[in-house]
Amino acid sequence: MEPDITVYITDREGQTHEVLAPTDMNMNFMELVRSYELAPEGTIGICGGMAMCASCQCYVESDHSLPEKSDDEEAMLAEAYNVKDNSRLGCQIPIQPEMEGLKIALAPAEL
Amino acid sequence: MITTDILIIGAGPTGLFAVFEAGLLKLKCHLIDALPQPGGQCSEIYPKKPIYDIPAFPEILAGDLVDNLMEQIKPFQPGFTLGERAQTIDKQEDGSFIVTTNKGTKHKAPIVAIAGGLGSFEPRKPLLDNLTKFEDKGIEYIIRDPELYRDKRVVIAGGGDSALDWSIFLSDVASDVTLVHRRSEFRGALDSVEKVQELKNQGKINLITPAEVFALNGDERLRSVTIKNASTQEDIQLEVDHFIPLFGLSPKLGPIADWGLEIEKNAIKVDNSLDYQTNIPGIYAIGDVNTYPGKLKLILCGFHEATLMCQSAYSRIFPDKRYVMKYTTVGGVTGFDGSKKEAPKAVVKSID
Repeated sequence: MEPDITVYITDREGQTHEVLAPTDMNMNFMELVRSYELAPEGTIGICGGMAMCASCQCYVESDHSLPEKSDDEEAMLAEAYNVKDNSRLGCQIPIQPEMEGLKIALAPAEL
Repeated sequence: MITTDILIIGAGPTGLFAVFEAGLLKLKCHLIDALPQPGGQCSEIYPKKPIYDIPAFPEILAGDLVDNLMEQIKPFQPGFTLGERAQTIDKQEDGSFIVTTNKGTKHKAPIVAIAGGLGSFEPRKPLLDNLTKFEDKGIEYIIRDPELYRDKRVVIAGGGDSALDWSIFLSDVASDVTLVHRRSEFRGALDSVEKVQELKNQGKINLITPAEVFALNGDERLRSVTIKNASTQEDIQLEVDHFIPLFGLSPKLGPIADWGLEIEKNAIKVDNSLDYQTNIPGIYAIGDVNTYPGKLKLILCGFHEATLMCQSAYSRIFPDKRYVMKYTTVGGVTGFDGSKKEAPKAVVKSID
């Protein structure tokens, strides 16, 4: 299987980017956004990926089935802003082959 | 006025280790931090989480790392200004700097080392209309003096430890305590959750979940809040004297961004080919707060940067003194408190 999948990420300005995402590097979607610099450094992944801030909140816009939210992710989303039913924390979603074609949009940055 | 050799802004692991390296050079340090305790993110965000990439520590809890650093720097008697945020910096004619905090505490030093990590931790504010209008007029994000709430009607919002702990504490002080949280589950220490349950059963805490405060009402000060119950969709208008949203803290670079330093990607640009100095001579930036080509925000990188910064600071303070770095194994560690640690001498004794 190819180690890279194609996913679509809409940045905070509304522009959608088609990006190649590696499935063999133990990366998650927060890190993917940072690696392509789709959000300014310091505005995403602030806690480093511990589900302890909501700076990587994103909306899942395709109907892929994703891993269940952990208690930590649920709790963090309960305190985040601009939360919708399809909100997830990008740092809690590891990039996996079955996510080919996944579409996500970044939630607005917290002020 | 507090005077020192190196004024360190930020008491996270990088700032703390800088005290040790400075101490070896007989330079004194003072640290300023917006948080009430040293340790930065390690203490505030993840004290109970393990770190696996500290050299020679296969695994160490972030909180223990901070405790160890505090122990390591103790002989060098660092000063601390905690719970205050560095606000302004003024360069003096003699080349030194005066840094003033938001509470007016002044610090003077020839060298300033910014080890501010992601910035100072500021309360996360809810997105509500009129929020700023009622700040300090019924809305507080940090409880400074619990007596302010004596016999008052208080609404606390949030689902973490601070919301739980303050609800418990204020249930004995305020006339009414209402705790509002978006979910019925709370993320906090088990005994805090159980205590809130107990106080709720006794009628001492009015618990409204899953619910959210969605409107603030008042005139020149806050008079009531409107709470929407998410399960019944019912609106509750609650007359209150104080609304305390406790949604955790988020880091902001803050006033440092206005100090005339070159900023890139929310971080301070430094000269990584030499000594992590900023565009202003005498001001250094070390650890997560700085950026340079290839920068990695790792504690171990912060330690290295702190070490080189101290050597450079030494030659700035004493431009005419000659100095070469000495290994601690050779020179030992002589504290400002008179303590001395050194390698035991080898025994020279004949064997018959």
